[in-house]
Amino acid sequence: MTVRIIDRRLDSRNKSSINRSRFIHRFKGQIRKAVADAIAHRGIRDLQNGEKIGIPGKDISEPQFRIGRGGVRDVVHPGNDRFHRGDEVERPLGGGAGQGKGKASPDGEGMDEFVFTLTRDEFLDIFFDELALPNLVKRQLARIDDYKRVRAGYTQSGVPTNINLVRTMRGAAGRRIAVGGPYAARLRELQAELDEALKETPGDPQEIERLQREIACLRARQEAIPFVDPFDLRYSNRIRIPQPSTQAVMFCLMDVSGSMDEAKKQMAKRFFMLLYLFLNRNYEHIEVVFIRHHTLAEEVDEDTFFHARETGGTIVSTALQLMRDIIAERYATSAWNIYGAQASDGDNWNDDSPLCRELLADAILPKVQYFAYIEISDSEPQNLWREYEELAASHAGHFAMQRIAAASDIYPVFRELFRRRLA
Amino acid sequence: MRKKSPRLIAEGSDWTIEAIAKYDAEIGRVAKAYGLDTYRHQLEIITAEQMMDAYAAIGMPVYYHHWSFGKHFLETENRYKRGHMGLAYEIVINSDPCIAYLMEENTLTMQALVIAHAAYGHNSFFKGNHLFKQWTSADAIVDYLVFARNYIAECEERHGQDAVEELIDACHALSNVGVDRYKRSPPLSLAREKERQRERETYLQSQINDLWRTLPKHQADPAAARERRFPEEPEENLLYFIEKHAPLLEPWQREIVRIVRKIGQYFYPQRQTQVMNEGWATFWHYTLLHTLYDEGKVSDGFMMEFLHSHTNVVYQPPYNSNWYSGINPYALGFAMWRDIRRICEAPTDEDRHWFPEIAGSDWRETFTFAMHNFKDESFVAQYLSPRLMREFRFFAIRDDDYKPRLEVDAIHDEPGYRELRRKLAEQYNLGSADPNIQVWDVDLQGDRSLTLRYFSHQRRPLAASQEAVLDHVARLWGFAVRLEQPTPTGEWQVIAERKYERRKIG
Repeated sequence: MTVRIIDRRLDSRNKSSINRSRFIHRFKGQIRKAVADAIAHRGIRDLQNGEKIGIPGKDISEPQFRIGRGGVRDVVHPGNDRFHRGDEVERPLGGGAGQGKGKASPDGEGMDEFVFTLTRDEFLDIFFDELALPNLVKRQLARIDDYKRVRAGYTQSGVPTNINLVRTMRGAAGRRIAVGGPYAARLRELQAELDEALKETPGDPQEIERLQREIACLRARQEAIPFVDPFDLRYSNRIRIPQPSTQAVMFCLMDVSGSMDEAKKQMAKRFFMLLYLFLNRNYEHIEVVFIRHHTLAEEVDEDTFFHARETGGTIVSTALQLMRDIIAERYATSAWNIYGAQASDGDNWNDDSPLCRELLADAILPKVQYFAYIEISDSEPQNLWREYEELAASHAGHFAMQRIAAASDIYPVFRELFRRRLA
Repeated sequence: MRKKSPRLIAEGSDWTIEAIAKYDAEIGRVAKAYGLDTYRHQLEIITAEQMMDAYAAIGMPVYYHHWSFGKHFLETENRYKRGHMGLAYEIVINSDPCIAYLMEENTLTMQALVIAHAAYGHNSFFKGNHLFKQWTSADAIVDYLVFARNYIAECEERHGQDAVEELIDACHALSNVGVDRYKRSPPLSLAREKERQRERETYLQSQINDLWRTLPKHQADPAAARERRFPEEPEENLLYFIEKHAPLLEPWQREIVRIVRKIGQYFYPQRQTQVMNEGWATFWHYTLLHTLYDEGKVSDGFMMEFLHSHTNVVYQPPYNSNWYSGINPYALGFAMWRDIRRICEAPTDEDRHWFPEIAGSDWRETFTFAMHNFKDESFVAQYLSPRLMREFRFFAIRDDDYKPRLEVDAIHDEPGYRELRRKLAEQYNLGSADPNIQVWDVDLQGDRSLTLRYFSHQRRPLAASQEAVLDHVARLWGFAVRLEQPTPTGEWQVIAERKYERRKIG
């Protein structure tokens, strides 16, 4: 009797995925908080990975009746190297005498942070949740496969549903002619000879019989040629080709004057992340340009962009000028899709705001696919906002702006953008 | 020149299905020669990922869904990925046929070790030990789990995932005080279980209603009323009591309580026989593979690799080592079984004095007897020899919170042997490791409140988690719940109380 050996390796994986998603569902509050912390530490391009998340162990403990510390406890330990009966020893620090109890250790333990890793999908799910994205958009952003299936001629192998009848039959006919051709020619010759032989009056019965036998033999061969041979089968071929993708550049403009505090910057970061995620779905190659400004604008790296602090007044047009110059210098509109995202708290020199509008309208908006502006502030809108409002009217579909108090307000800025893609 | 011995079962370290089958056949032949009686078994090859899945479901091939299993999975995955732990080489399921998992990453040698350890060692223990025989139905467990998963999934559809989850949370909280310790549980079977579940549903509900039907008679003599206590005998199985008597549970809720209780009961013998069971399996993989080596069926390289992992498994770090985390059940169990064999085959005078009934007896018979009839607690009490206590250099520490210092009670010397052995055995007594909590009273005449009593042992208090658990009890019971504990003077004192008024809507 041989033993039954079952190879389960190809069985469904992720038996635990239901339990896992239940766990995440149940502790969504804590996990969301942890995700928010994680986003603060991430680069905006870094959305393709999962995240290690820690939530307080106390919240997720599974309580049971247990015996606690105290009372009299006898424990047997191995490896005696110095004790004699009746010796007295100091209590080890940290109540180590109960160590031997293993699992039954009292509640003090298990309170550490419970750390685990969210997958990319789970991470994005929570990220989207906070941004209140519509489902269709979520699906579109989270999808990974980026291919289109197109027809690509015919192949000799495939599944029966893909058999191309016309091609197959044409091939079969050709093969029958090609293979049967010599027989047919010979047959015609023999037939002629036979006719000849039959005409001769003193017929040669042996010759006639030979010819008739040969003809019958050839006929049989001809008929043995299969009507359709596996060799003839042709299948319609489809291949996956990547969707046409090109390159894009994304400009992140942010006011870093003293009034932009850490919370506002975090909000702005989510705004940039969402745009990045969108671009990432649609373009093969993306470059990100970070421009920060107070009274002067400069191009910086991501870390400086989000974390360095500046003080002083605000002249927004400097950033727009710099963006315009960078576009002219490095990103020809023929080769690049240009997106702009600007975040600010709304402060600006009064005299500067009309200049900003002009810059945008004349130099920038004609070159970009989309420009989004968010104002993270709860006070009355100021002149920059009013100037931009004029643009919003004249450049609908290109230019979007929004005042933001919470992360869930960010999405409407991109509504137009996403709608266009989904259509 | 190298001449390969034609007698080797297989070469190399990469496994193939054929090689595994050959090893299994050879190990099976040797096991039979030693008289091991096993269930049929099947070997299943799985990936590391599937092994982690199996961990989360306590090794069972099917299980109902619950967030806590997701938590365990994440925990395992995380520790494994960070390299903090290796996965167990094997998981074996007490079912008929007995299922042993082989992980694909293992070498051929490790697969042979796992086959010997799990498919023959554990398997024969499951089949022979009285606790497993009495308490678990190996032939029906998988069916029962399928029933449980489907039933719970059905409940989730009908009553909502949150309601079911809350209920299972509460049941899990009581699972360690939800086992019968002394009664035999009836065997399980899928078909019968399904059919009986409906009957039970209607029957139980009618019983419950009966319990509360009569309105309290205030005119009645209070003393007489008090006499009829309910339950008449204290009940230590909290889940059982709740399943049968909680007044407000719906039939489906009772069924789920029952499912959690039944499955908990199934695992109870495993907790009671860890040292014996692991020791037994370790002893047999050691013995079986050594026999194959003596027959020339496996190579020196095979033995080196096997001994390397075997030695890791049975290592016992001393108490002052950084690696120390209690007594290693593999080490103690393996040492004890070997020691029993030694006592049978080559007893010393000391052994004759301590174990007159087994010294010099046939070791196979002694083994069978010991394996069949003991659990960890009694096994240690019966068979731990002075020689082994010396080898392990055991010593007993008493930690009395009234005294400022710890006290060494007994060490591995003549006056200490018996006490040491008694204390070690006590350490494996689940009865004293789990708190002894009993359903004491239900106030039938009054507010239907439930009183639980904690019988403390050696003044040990309940851990603070009792607060959270009591919430769960109150949720299940539906009315007020009290927990009492004796004061040093012997009076019962309420240490926690939950008022919980849940009225059914309508």
